Formats: sequence, structure tokens, C-alpha cells
Amino acid sequence: MNLLMIIRVALRALRRNRMRSTLTVLGIIIGVASVIAMIGIGQGARASVQSQIASLGSNLVMIFSGSTSRGGVAMGWGASSALKEDDAKAILAECPSVVNVSPVVRSPGQVVFGDQNWSTSVQGVWASYPEIRDWPLVAGAFFSDSDVRGSAKVCVIGKTVEDNLFGTSDPIGQTIRIKKLPFRVVGVLSSKGTDPRGQDQDDIIVAPLTVVQKQMAGTTSVNNIMASTSSPLLAGQAIDEMTALLRQRHRIGPNDNDDFIIRSQADIASTAEATSQIMTMLLGSIAGVSLLVGGIGIMNIMLVSVTERTREIGIRLAVGAAEKDILFQFLLEAALLSLVGGVIGVALGILTSQIVSSVAKWPTLVSPASIVLSLCFSGLVGIFFGFYPARKASRLDPIEALRYE
Amino acid sequence: MGELIVVENLTRDYVMGDVTVQALRGVTLSIAEGSFVAISGASGSGKSTFMNVIGCLDRPTSGRYLLGGQDMLALERSELPKVRGRKIGFVFQGFNLLSRTSAYENVELPLLYQNVDSGERRKRVTDALTRVGLADRMDHTPSQLSGGQQQRVAIARALVNQPMLLLGDEPTGNLDTRTGIDIMELFLELNRQGITIVMVTHEPDIAQYAERNLVFRDGRPVSDTRVATRRDPAGERAHLSALEAEVKIQ
Repeated sequence: MNLLMIIRVALRALRRNRMRSTLTVLGIIIGVASVIAMIGIGQGARASVQSQIASLGSNLVMIFSGSTSRGGVAMGWGASSALKEDDAKAILAECPSVVNVSPVVRSPGQVVFGDQNWSTSVQGVWASYPEIRDWPLVAGAFFSDSDVRGSAKVCVIGKTVEDNLFGTSDPIGQTIRIKKLPFRVVGVLSSKGTDPRGQDQDDIIVAPLTVVQKQMAGTTSVNNIMASTSSPLLAGQAIDEMTALLRQRHRIGPNDNDDFIIRSQADIASTAEATSQIMTMLLGSIAGVSLLVGGIGIMNIMLVSVTERTREIGIRLAVGAAEKDILFQFLLEAALLSLVGGVIGVALGILTSQIVSSVAKWPTLVSPASIVLSLCFSGLVGIFFGFYPARKASRLDPIEALRYE
Repeated sequence: MGELIVVENLTRDYVMGDVTVQALRGVTLSIAEGSFVAISGASGSGKSTFMNVIGCLDRPTSGRYLLGGQDMLALERSELPKVRGRKIGFVFQGFNLLSRTSAYENVELPLLYQNVDSGERRKRVTDALTRVGLADRMDHTPSQLSGGQQQRVAIARALVNQPMLLLGDEPTGNLDTRTGIDIMELFLELNRQGITIVMVTHEPDIAQYAERNLVFRDGRPVSDTRVATRRDPAGERAHLSALEAEVKIQ
């Protein structure tokens, strides 16, 4: 008996027991659908975390001033005023792995334009800031090095600030007041969305470092220094170079701790990556268990089915079916059930993850690999759990089977 | 005509725990090609075991069994299904059709196991169902057919592989007298067309349709007689009608 005939026989047998076939398939459908949906949700979350991290700027290395403690109370990163603008200049001059540097001073401030006002974060930076953060402008141009040196009162605004102050009108060339000081808007940054911590990155105004430092924050130090390397592979080297330079500049003894902290984009990315990977695995394994339960359901039904169909098996043996014909028929029935369940499950899983992403505003990503994987797995589940019942069926004694009531 | 079945010293022992049951105790006989043999005997006489052995559903413990000149004991166990599928057709007391399956598909079943291609299958199934008079019932499932019709489907299934031997295990056991006569008429017709028939029955009336009667007792045949006056279905039917008429008058 060839394969085509066995498939025909198996299909007929499944059709004869529609209700039972449907219920068996249901277990696999649920299993496969949950695998697809869970992995889709997990991978979607991972992809969105990755894109958020990428939005911080590629090849980015950040230097924060370290914590100080006042009276035994640790103050957290950025609390000390160890980092200066000169540190940034030194890094640019002396660290070969570093391509671009910009110090950052942050100062919260009230912004007013006409009768509109908005409260945002004003950041004082160098002209290299957009390159480091890989952040193009949608309108106008970024301020220049000479603007920074000359403490020019110009600024570039983020999308959120533009929307809130200007609405639909063109902000370029307009003068806004930041903490009562007049600034001319020279450019608008493109939208970056939220960062991995959920903060709106577009709610920002950037202005020349010198102005923000002296006239707004009233400090000589900077909050952090952003540096970029030519490739992510150089991040480790850059960290080593900067650590050595800053320790020397800050006169830190060999046994003392750094007064700054350096984090590369790769560190942040790999932490987030690991977290989302664990989440995907967790979701996937929960779903895998339900697929396993579906497989055991198939075995259960197939075993019942072998007993219930003993006479049918006897008839088949009497009219010339060989042991292997019966074995393959039952094996194929199980495999077909789980494969059909797999296909429907994949469709249902994609649908579920799409519903999740539209209702929960949660990105989902169903990869072809997870579809192929769960289809193969469900087929294997069918064959694995179908084998024992199929072998049991094929070993029946025809005389006993024909006599079975 | 030659001998289709030759058995010599055939024994079949069943081991049940400590007890060994000797179902067949040295059966030696032969059945000619084209003959119609009825086997009877009390239950436990070995007649069913004998049927199962010559039908290749069971293997003897010892002895010789030639079917159409071929030594069945020399065959591997795995070759027996092929013999059952190609040379032997079975008709059972309980019909043994697949439920929820059309007459057509039931009859087609043996062909599926013999790799007959679809055009040939259609032709043979249609032929077999026409031969048993059910050409107009092909799509009916067993539950939509009467007992007699179900047995006809079973006979069509037995015929579809053009076997040399038709085995009947109480083929009229579940049928009323009139339907039983119809089935015997069909058997006689098939026998006339050249098929050898061996049938187990405990009804003496039914056995009288065959040309030869074997009686089994304690695992071997104890009598082997040629039927002097074989029953003829037309006569029986007339007789039955007369009886029924008589009952009505009273």
C-alpha cells in the first residue's frame, strides 16, 4: 500500500469520526496558537526595546559623574560635580577611539512663546550633539561651534516642544523665552519617541553649552559627557582610554574609586536584550507546555480510538491490510490531526498577537522561524504521541479483533 | 479440476496459562477447486479454528496446508495479509462493514491495500456491487441498508479482489429465512461462476445448499458426505410462501 492510499484511508477514518477529530485538533490548535502568540509578543517587546535603545544613538558611550555621599547618604549618579567641560575637551584630544564628544548640562525650564508656555528640559551641548546621538533635524540647522564659543542665544527644539508652542506654524526664526531669556529657534529635531525608560525624548530644547551652563544652571560642571566611537566594537577600548584619562585628570589614587561612571550603549542594549530574551523564553515555555498537553490529548484520544475501533482494525486485517498498513494509518491519523491543528493554530496565533498589539498597543512580531518551528514541533508531537497507539493497533490479532464487541 | 485446498495432519494448540487447548487435532482433507463445502459442528468442535487457519487469519501449530498448490506454512507471517487480500474473501455472520462508510467505500477497502489504481478500482467496485444486485445503493451507509443488503455489500467486498476462495462464517446467521435463501442463491450463483466456497454453518437447512458437508467434532472432521439432494432457492422460496399462506388461513 502506498503513501497516497494510506493518506486516503487515514483521511476517511478521520472524517468518519468528525467530532472526535475536531476535539483532538482543538488541543493542538490551542497549543500552537499560544506558542505563536506568546513568542510573537515576546519578540515584539524585544524588538521595540531594541529600537528604543538604538534611538539613543549608535556607538554611544556615556560618562556620568559619580555619586558623592553627604553625611553618609549616597546621592546617586550625577550628584557630584566632578565632570567639567575641560574633561570633554581632553577626551576629544587624547582618546583615539573617540570620534565625537559633547558635554551635556541639563536644566529644567519654563518656555514661553506668545501666549503659549511649556515646561521642558533644556540641555546645553556642543555642536557635535546631533551626530553623536544620530539625531537628524527636520527643519533648520543645528547651531555651530562658534555659536557655542560665543554663547549665542540660539536653540533647537524637539518635536513635542514644537507641537506645544507653535502648533502648525513655522518655528524657524521665531524667538522664544526660556527662563525669561530670549532665544532664537534655528532648528527642529526629528521625532525619536520614548526611550527605554518610557520618557519622551522629544520633550527637549538644546542650546549652546556655555549659555545653559552660565546663565541657566549656574554651574561650572556638566551632568554627563556623551562620546561616540566609529564602531560599536571600539566601545570597550574607548571606555578603557577614557577611564585612564579621567582618573589621571581627577587625580584618583590607585586604591580609590572612580568619581565617574561610564556606560556604553552596548551594555544597556545587552541588559535589555537579556531581559526580553528571558521573557520570550518564559512565555514560550509556558506555551510549549500547552502544546505538550495537546500532544498527550492526541495520545489519549488515539488510544481510546484504537480500543473503540478494534473491530474496524480486524476488518482491515481480514481484507488484506498488513501490520505496517495499520501502523502507518494510525500514525498518519495522529500526524494529520496535529498538523491540521498546527496550521489552524498558526493562523489563530497570528490573529491573537495582532489583536493583542492593537488592543494593548503592544508591538508583536511573529517570525517565520517560530511558525516553522511550531509546525514541525506539532507534527512531531503527533508522530511521537501517535506511535504507541498505532503500534498497539497494528499488533492486534485479527481473530480477536473481529470478535471484539 | 484440481484440489484448491490440501491439509495434512493440521493441528492448532492454544496455550492458556497452564492449560493447552487442542482446537485442531490432526485434520487431513482436501477441497476441490470450484466446490461448495459446508462445515458444521457443535461449538468448540474446531470448525471456526479450521476456517481461520485456511483463511490465513491464524497459523496452525503443525501440519501442512497448501492453498492453490502454494505452501502456506512456508510463508512469512508478514506475507499472510497479501494472501488474505488477493486469494481469499471473507463473509461474516455480523457483516463486519465499516460503519458510517458508504457501500462503495466498504467494497473498495480491499483494493486500497493492493495498490489497485483508481480507474480499475472504480470499475471493479461497480462490477462487484452490480453482481450482488446493489448497483443502486452504492452511496448508502450500512445503517441505511437492511441486513440482507449489508450482507450483500460484505459479499461484494469479498469478491472485489477476484479471490479463488470465498469463506463464509455463518453468513446467514443474522438473517431471516427468506433473506437467508437470497444469500444462498447468490452463493450458488457465484459458485457456478467458478468460485470455491467454504462455509461454516450450524443450520442443517443452510448446509443442504452445499454439495459437500463436513461435520467437525473434537478438533477433527467426523463425517464427510456428498449432499444427495441439494436445496434449490426457488423451491425453498415457494415452500416458504406456501407455509406462510397456510399460517394465514389458520
